[in-house]
Amino acid sequence: MYSDYFWAALFLLPNLLGFLVFILGPVIASFGLSFTSWDLLTPIKWAGLENYKTLISDQVFWKVFWNTIYFTVGTVPVGIILSLFLAIALNQKIKGIKIFRAVYFLPVISSTVAVAIVWQWLYNPEFGLLNYLLNLVGIDGPNWLAGITWAMPAVIIASVWRGIGFNMLLFLAGLQGIPETYYEAAKIDGANWWVLFKNITIPLLSPTTFFVVVISIINSFQVFDQIYVMTGGGPARSTSVLVHYLYQNAFQYFKMGYASAIGYVLFFLVFTVTLIQLKRAKNWVFY
Amino acid sequence: MKKKINQRLQIISYVVLTLGAITMVLPFLWMISTSLKSLGEVFVFPPTFFGEEIVWGNYPKVADRFPFGLFFLNSLKISFIVVFVQLFTSALAGFAFARLKFPFRDTLFALYLATLMIPYHITLVPIFVIMRYFGWIDTHYSLIIPSLVSAFGTFLMRQFFLTIPKELEDAARIDGCTPFGIFWRIFLPLSKPALATLGVFIFMGTWNDFIRPLIFINSISKMTIPLGLSAMQGMYSTDWPVLMAGSMISILPVLVVFIFAQEYFVRGITLSGLKG
Repeated sequence: MYSDYFWAALFLLPNLLGFLVFILGPVIASFGLSFTSWDLLTPIKWAGLENYKTLISDQVFWKVFWNTIYFTVGTVPVGIILSLFLAIALNQKIKGIKIFRAVYFLPVISSTVAVAIVWQWLYNPEFGLLNYLLNLVGIDGPNWLAGITWAMPAVIIASVWRGIGFNMLLFLAGLQGIPETYYEAAKIDGANWWVLFKNITIPLLSPTTFFVVVISIINSFQVFDQIYVMTGGGPARSTSVLVHYLYQNAFQYFKMGYASAIGYVLFFLVFTVTLIQLKRAKNWVFY
Repeated sequence: MKKKINQRLQIISYVVLTLGAITMVLPFLWMISTSLKSLGEVFVFPPTFFGEEIVWGNYPKVADRFPFGLFFLNSLKISFIVVFVQLFTSALAGFAFARLKFPFRDTLFALYLATLMIPYHITLVPIFVIMRYFGWIDTHYSLIIPSLVSAFGTFLMRQFFLTIPKELEDAARIDGCTPFGIFWRIFLPLSKPALATLGVFIFMGTWNDFIRPLIFINSISKMTIPLGLSAMQGMYSTDWPVLMAGSMISILPVLVVFIFAQEYFVRGITLSGLKG
């Protein structure tokens, strides 16, 4: 009879190998690479903190950094509020819940590339559906994706549209976990809709809300697909974000070290924001 | 009185949900509508929902200009291999983490968990270097091999295996079953729902993956659907009917999977959501 260790090794080996070579290894290697200068063709050179120093004075980097924040601030709160209200509406013993759920989930399962191309077409300034609809209510729609002012809001609207179904489903699961008896007890005491919402729904839903907030922020920091397809980061870098700049540095300018440094800034950003969330969670999340 | 309020709430809910649903569906309807129009009819003002006649020809045109059939097969092949192998590696390691004892088990698992928080894009440059070293750039290996293991899948399977009662395992052990026998004959059959959920997730992620094919694949014949769609958009940026037809084709397979496996999607999301 073989020992437990033998079996554990056997079970773990294929997974561990992949984990070390394609997950943990690259994470560490990327950290090392961020202190080097390398174009893949000439030998790799140690660069110390050079990449990070360059980042600080790189105006494009700051531009894409703030664009990433802009995108996150534009998508996360609106997306969360909308999906929360839709989930609450869906939780009112509604008929056809499955159909609604499926419809809201349609954008989530569609490829971001296909979704981005459709939105590009909807945003077409002359023949797009959106400006036509705006025209019907007397608004002269902008040249969405081609102007510096409206390109980012346009990308944000499309991204919120795509993400609502996912958050809504999480909220719905959270809402269904709140015992009906709490509401009934409060109703007997004469509480109205707003009081129920504020004193029962919001606090009891807070663990779900916390999770949705953290996941949404992490995902928005890493946006790439729809930006690459819809605007290519333009016009004039007005929609370029951190991952887009990382992609360009690594695979268009072949600055592997610099790209890795951008990656670690992204990591640091995600890490810090998540940590702040965890610390602040004590004040508003009730388990 | 109470009934009235409930009814009013329900009516408001229906209105809100219907308005939202229209917003969700409209871009898709517009996609279908445009994909069935002639090029001339797309550029008319005001836009119409149906053209003079329904033009099916845009769909074959997609395949004329780009080998979309091949993209389809490429995506299908890559997705299937990744789904089945990743399910297997995740289940195996998930079983080890949940049910076997070995040194540093919890430390190692914590390491897996920690990588879940790290932006995945950090790994792109080193993986590119590894793929180049093996000569796998512009081959499907570069899309398959690095995706055969995932920390998320391992995590999900471990969580599921933890919920299976210990008694089942003990009974089998007493009967002389090896750990692999326990895994294969007891745990795997019991975890069909979890495997289906994870499988649907992996399929969706692999089918829709864009940045990796963008980085690793250059030849048109090796492209996946999202990359092919993006390449087509780069070349025919104003031929909206054909672009919309291509987009429709890219969405359909995931839609079919979704229709048949909606419950697994829902369960998977709540599972990953509430235990994360």
